[in-house]
Amino acid sequence: MESVLGRYRNLVILVGVLFLQILGLAVQVKRSNDTENTRLIRVWAVDLVTPFERVLIWAQDSTGNLWHNYVYLRGVRTENRQLKEQIEQLRLEQVRLNEDAVQAHRLQALLAFKEQYISRTVAAQVIGSSGSDSSRMLYIDKGENQGLKRDMAVITADGIVGKVLQVFPSVSQVLLINDQSSGVGTILEKSRLQGFLKGTATGEVVLEGVMSDEQVAPGERVLTSGGDQIFPKGLPVGTVTKVGAGKDLFLNIGIKPAVNLGKLEEVLVVTERQERQAQTADVGRVRAADILAQRLPSVPDKPATVATSPSTVPVGSVAAPKAVVPKPAPAGGEAIAKQPVKSSSGGVVAGSKPASAAATQSKPSTAPAVPDPAKVDAPKVDPATANSQDSPH
Amino acid sequence: MHPRWTQLQPTPKTVHTSVPITYTSGEQLEVYRFSLPVTVGVPLLALFLQAFLPRRFPGFAVYLDLPLLVTIYFAMARRNPISGLFTGAVIGLLQDMLGHNPIGIYGIAKTVVGYLASSLGVKLDVENAGARFLLTLGFYFIHSAVWFTVARGMVSLTQNWSWSRGLLAGLANAFLGVILYFFLDKFKQRA
Repeated sequence: MESVLGRYRNLVILVGVLFLQILGLAVQVKRSNDTENTRLIRVWAVDLVTPFERVLIWAQDSTGNLWHNYVYLRGVRTENRQLKEQIEQLRLEQVRLNEDAVQAHRLQALLAFKEQYISRTVAAQVIGSSGSDSSRMLYIDKGENQGLKRDMAVITADGIVGKVLQVFPSVSQVLLINDQSSGVGTILEKSRLQGFLKGTATGEVVLEGVMSDEQVAPGERVLTSGGDQIFPKGLPVGTVTKVGAGKDLFLNIGIKPAVNLGKLEEVLVVTERQERQAQTADVGRVRAADILAQRLPSVPDKPATVATSPSTVPVGSVAAPKAVVPKPAPAGGEAIAKQPVKSSSGGVVAGSKPASAAATQSKPSTAPAVPDPAKVDAPKVDPATANSQDSPH
Repeated sequence: MHPRWTQLQPTPKTVHTSVPITYTSGEQLEVYRFSLPVTVGVPLLALFLQAFLPRRFPGFAVYLDLPLLVTIYFAMARRNPISGLFTGAVIGLLQDMLGHNPIGIYGIAKTVVGYLASSLGVKLDVENAGARFLLTLGFYFIHSAVWFTVARGMVSLTQNWSWSRGLLAGLANAFLGVILYFFLDKFKQRA
């Protein structure tokens, strides 16, 4: 026996080492939450590798900053001009979006919706990866010390990246959305079909759970649904690239992630979310017909009328859309307040204005000679009355 | 004792000669050892680069496996199966720890490769570039086969083998291996 062991010593040791590893593997597989059980061992490996990564990233960034801040200043003037133009464009866009947002808030408040806000994020730098094709994840330079916890959402300005898988004192593991073990609750932007996003073995991202009798078009945007309790609702996920027949009556939908997962440098970790009732500014009672009237185009006034520049509309006020030319109220608001029709209960009915506006205009002596544009823009004018009064014919 | 094993016994001191030594048969194989900083530092550096470089080059982790190349090199140079299998096991387990899959998949695969590489190193001349290229290519496929078997059979990871991608990765590793081995040859010392 001894001679046999001596002769096959190498083989015996090989079998022993393999057996131990297989045993360890079997124990991990049997336990469902294996990442917690092996946490301590993984800390060693992370502590062994990440300090080098931090130093290299720091050196890289320092060199990069030196170059960008002091050496590479050519074209700054041109870039500045382009950025100013872009700011102007964005301001115009902001006015339009503000209007939509105010309206959405008002409707949400009417329907008692609860809104979710990302109230706090922590910016983190990507310092490494798992280095393996089978484990698609990243290491970021923030951990427990910065308030990070497991299952926190990791995003960028472009869309979602993944979730925090393991948290160490100053480093965290982030599981990417294209990993096989990841799952994200999603909704298609136009068709409002819900499904869940999964990664594949080859690193692609697919949307599962959409029935094959549904219509999904390539190019449609995919957003988070909030159903997974990790990602806030409405964040960009990606775009549908291909739709094919899958198995078990489900569609096989390929998704191109909104974020380039292969070249991430900085990410945001959502550390705090708030859920609150939708609120809106008190603009008086506004009927749906009034809101609709605001959005419909009317006959433009003569140039002498007060033109409201979009950029001067205060944030949060109800501004008229560009297509609608607001009808200026004459001094004292007589034109509008000419025939105020009040219901028996004191509310405003068709052909009248909301209570706040009516109150202002019911005192001609105190009313300003030139009306405040913001007040003029408020949804107070009945379209039928306005058209009949302003129409030149 | 087999005459081959007597050849593998460490010599008391290294004799420097101006006559170039050529290894043309198994009877003249040299055994090498490495200093402690190289033994520890090179595998760690390989692991670090394997984790860091995909940040800049996303395809790096798909096609290249630096820890595998280091395992093969150390195993072949030392020509000691026990040393080879332990080198493979340690490097593989460390590689497992950096990912989120159960620890042991890479450990098992690299243990097997370390053992085979050192066993083969005893029998073959592994000093020239052509042999190294072919051996690395072969060991890459053995490593992949063991890895896939364990990943699918034990851990139930859904992994698809692609021959085209596997062949490309094997060739890329073999090519990089030849260059890397040439560089690592500078650190080896005769045992």
